Formats: sequence, C-alpha cells, structure tokens
Amino acid sequence: MGISVRNINRNFGDFAALTNVSLDIQSGNLTALLGPSGGGKSTLLRIIAGLDHPDSGVVEIDGRDVTWLRPQQRNIGFVFQHYAAFKHLNVYRNVAFGLEIRKRPKAEIKARVHELLELVHLEQFADRLPSQLSGGQRQRMALARALAVEPKVLLLDEPFGALDTKVRRELREWLRRLHDEVHVTTVFVTHDQEEALEVSDEIVVVNEGRVEQVGTPDQLYDQPVNEFVMGFLGPVTTLGGSLIRPHDIDVHDAPVDGAVEARITKLLRVGFEVRVDAEVGAESVAVQLTRGQADGLGIVDGKTIWLRPSAGASSGGPGLTTASKATPNDDL
Amino acid sequence: MVRAEPPVTSRPTARQLRLVRRGGQGPGRLVMRYLVVAYVGVLVLVPVLLVGWHTFEHGLSPVWHALTDPDVEHAFEITGIASAISVVLNLVFGVGVSLLLVRSRFFGRRLLSLLIDLPLSVSPVVAGLALILVYGSNGWFGTTLEGWGFQVIYALPGIVLATMFVSLPLVVREVVPVLEEVGIEQEQAATTLGATGRQTFLRITLPSIKWAVAYGVVLALARALGEFGAVKVVTAGGVAGSTQTVTSLVEQRYGNFDQLTAYAASFVLAAIAVLCLVVITIIRPKERR
Repeated sequence: MGISVRNINRNFGDFAALTNVSLDIQSGNLTALLGPSGGGKSTLLRIIAGLDHPDSGVVEIDGRDVTWLRPQQRNIGFVFQHYAAFKHLNVYRNVAFGLEIRKRPKAEIKARVHELLELVHLEQFADRLPSQLSGGQRQRMALARALAVEPKVLLLDEPFGALDTKVRRELREWLRRLHDEVHVTTVFVTHDQEEALEVSDEIVVVNEGRVEQVGTPDQLYDQPVNEFVMGFLGPVTTLGGSLIRPHDIDVHDAPVDGAVEARITKLLRVGFEVRVDAEVGAESVAVQLTRGQADGLGIVDGKTIWLRPSAGASSGGPGLTTASKATPNDDL
Repeated sequence: MVRAEPPVTSRPTARQLRLVRRGGQGPGRLVMRYLVVAYVGVLVLVPVLLVGWHTFEHGLSPVWHALTDPDVEHAFEITGIASAISVVLNLVFGVGVSLLLVRSRFFGRRLLSLLIDLPLSVSPVVAGLALILVYGSNGWFGTTLEGWGFQVIYALPGIVLATMFVSLPLVVREVVPVLEEVGIEQEQAATTLGATGRQTFLRITLPSIKWAVAYGVVLALARALGEFGAVKVVTAGGVAGSTQTVTSLVEQRYGNFDQLTAYAASFVLAAIAVLCLVVITIIRPKERR
C-alpha cells in the first residue's frame, strides 16, 4: 500500500530528469524527497501527482495503477511552493473549493471548512483574501485546502521554500504535529537536509535523476551508502584519508594513542560552535567543537593539537575514502 | 547628573520638501509638463470639445431632429449590430486564442501571435480590399457563397467581417499579459482538487482575467464603433438607409453641407467611446493591487 513507483523514466529533451527510479513509500508515513536543485525530486513528486507524466514506468497509489490518470482522478492533495492561492476567493472559499467541486451539501462544507481552519489556526481569517495573509498563513491555508478533500496522499513541493527561516522552522514542527494528528501518507520535497532530518519518518535522497538511498533519518546520517549521501546530509571532512564528520573528531592538547598531530590554521566562532581548520601534513581537516570544549583545550590560532576519530563516529563505510571521491565536495 | 540633551532636529526647508516629494523640479521638468499637456490638448481635447460645441451651438432641438432622421437611425442600427456581433465573436475568439498562445506550445505559435497583431499595423483600407478579393462577387470564396444566395460584400456580413478584422487584436493583447502573469499554478491546484477543465476555466481562470477581458471588450467596442476605412471599402461608401454605417454617414453628410447631422452623429460616437473608457477606468483600479 502507500505509493509505489516502478522504473520511472522522464526526459526533458536531452536532459534525463529521472532515470529508472523505483521507490516504495509506506502508507501513513511522512517521507522527504531530499536532494539538490535540478536533481529530479520535484519531477518525481509531480509525476506522482499527475501534473507530469513519465516516458515509461508505473505509478501506483494504494495498489491502483494511476500512471495515466489525471490529477483530479487520483484523490491527492498537492501543496505548491508559492502557495497557488486562489487570489479572488477568500480563505473560506479557498478551503471549500474541492468540496464545492464535489457538490457536497452546504452544511457539510461549512462544518468541514471550519474544522480545517481550526486545525491550521486560521479560524479568524476566514473572510480574508489571500493577499491579506502572510506567507506562512497562506501556506497553512493551502494545506487546509489540500486536506479538505480527504486525499489518500498529501504531496508538498518545497512547501516552506518561500518562507523566512523562523517561519520555516515553526511550520515544519507544525507539519510534523499535524501529520501525527491526521496520519495521511505525506511526501514532501526539500533541498534542506535539516528540514528532512527533523521532520520525516523516512528520507529518500534523490540526485541526478536517481535514488541514492532510502532510510530513516538516523540510518542516512550514520550509515550513508556513498559519499554523496554523506556529504548532503551534513558536513564532511577527511582525516587520514577517510571521510568523517567534523564533530566526530576528538581533539587533544597532548599526544594520545592513534591521534595525529595537527596545527591550527584558522579559528571561527559561530554562536555556540567553534570551527577549527587544521593541517595534518598536507591534509586540511575541519573540526567542529563546542565553545566549552574549545575553551577547555585553550585553543588558539597556530597551536599544535592531536586529532583522532571519536568512538562511534559515523563513517561512510569502508569504501568511502578520498580515493573513491567521485565528485568534489564543497560543503565545508 | 546627566542633563538630557535637546533632541537633534533638522527641519527641511519648504523648497527641499518640494524637491524630495516631486522628485526633482528644475525648469526643464516644468517645461516638459506643460509641453505634454499642450500636446494632448491640441491633439485630443480641443477637437473633441469643438465637436461638442458645434453640435449644441443652436440648442438641443435641431440635434434631436437630426438624429431622428430615418437614415441616421438606420446607420446607428447598422453600426450597432455590426459592433455587437464583432465584439461578441472577438470576445470568445480572443479569450480562446489567448489561452492557446499562453498555455500551449505548438509549431507556428509565434506566427499566430504575429498574425493576430497584423490588423494593428495594416491599413484598414487594405483589409477591406483583401476582403473583397476573397468574398466579392468574383472573389476566391464569394462566388461559391453567392451561389448559395449569401451576399457578403456590399451587405451587413461584409461590414461585420471588416469590423471584426480591425478589432481582432484588442481582446487578445489585453488578456495575454494577464494570463502570463497569473501563471499556471492556480489552475493546477484546482485540478488536483478535483476540478475538470471546464470547472477550472469558469471558477479560476475566468475570474482572474475578467478585468483584462472587460478592458479588451471596451477597446474593441470603441474601435468597432469608429471603424471607417475597411467598412467604406467593402460597402463602396455605403448606401444611405441600407448599408451605411455612422462613420460613413458622417463623412457623406459633412461633404453634402449637412454639417449639423455630421456633428451630432460624431458627438454621439465620441460620447459612447468616452463613456466606455470612463466606466472601465472607474471599475478597474479596484482590482489592481
């Protein structure tokens, strides 16, 4: 059940947006499609919605082949990055739209719309036009509108992409809570790994038209199958030729077993964290410390320190060394 | 003890305020402003006012007498019918073509866009001549039509065709930019909510372009009412009481020294056009955000 995608191919002229993509999305889960811009994740979402069609392959929703059904026949809810609010209709009529199309009785529409407006905390704005709402409010309205028709799946295309950081953070927490209440199978597209890690039950990493890895946030963060996934989910650096996360490096002010000597070349304090660039021979290593750790070690520019991978450090597995680097990584 | 400093204020002089608020004021700007007013006045305002003045120079009753002349009434009827038909057809066609131009990509789309604009650049006289070549008695298509007993040229259908031709681009040119600005996402959202193509058009697309359509219709109507060149060619100047439109009538009466009728009919035409523009100007800004 849920959503099943089989061997999807989609080309735009010479550009292969999706190459042989297969994917199963669990019913009732909140799933993130995560990847860089132009990687094909939005195209995949639009194909699931029926706003685009694959050149080949099959899309199933709850076991039904919907590949060639129109969007209105799929029983989905779709939320756009730029809200797609019906500008000439007030908030109430926006949310009621799908129910009016389905010719539901007036009393039922009224009850349902008010229930939804309460759910998205917009009860007092029912008579406003979308132009009188803030971005976050508009997106909540769009969500209520999509949920009104009780869709089998809810699809969100970069839903918080047009909002500022603070509102984004609030809305993503709120989406998580909403999903826990409503339990509709939800897929959202994002290029923000923090958003994906924080909100979702499962993450699908999509890059260059392919699925790189599928797993829970912890699996992806701790056991990335390749360097791309490791790099995309968080910062990476190299220590002794292996990829490692900068916060997984222990720093000592005296030689210890298995540690290498390094000289600090740059120090940067960003809020609570201290970013250290150090040189081990010709290799440059990035290390992340808390302010307390840095102060305890008495770290200053030019000082010599000893570095060692901390116990239980997430690593990209045996294959993930600098030698196997397929693409340069400039996340740090 | 710390003494409160007096607040630092700097009051702008009246001249500074004027400069800032009006965005630069030098003598060049003043001259420019009066030049523009004078230009528009000489070209538009004074001639229109003079038509009004000449019309009512001797009071209302001669004007009424002139306008109730059977030939004048008939000319208004012909112009009214031709304008109404052409505006309605251009409305339907214009919205359809606009959707086609904006929402779909097909071979020849730019050529179509270019052809739609042609009536703006081609002289109406040329258009009239072209219509005769196609629909005239010896025309490419007219012979067949006449065989079925359907006369186009020198008759009302010819007048309607000529009027449609000249007002063809006006609805399209108003609607296309608005459609482009509105974008496709609202329509897609409606589709995902279960709306059929027809429901999406009626509930989402049409409401978002309605003011552009209204403005296009008013422009098309004004253009249709005033059409002269193409109609004159396809009716050979028009026969009074039969195929004569108001503009043809004005020209003929003026040439025959019946200036009062010419002024009166002109005044009515101008009044309708001004009324259309006033109405649209009043209702439109509310929608502009």
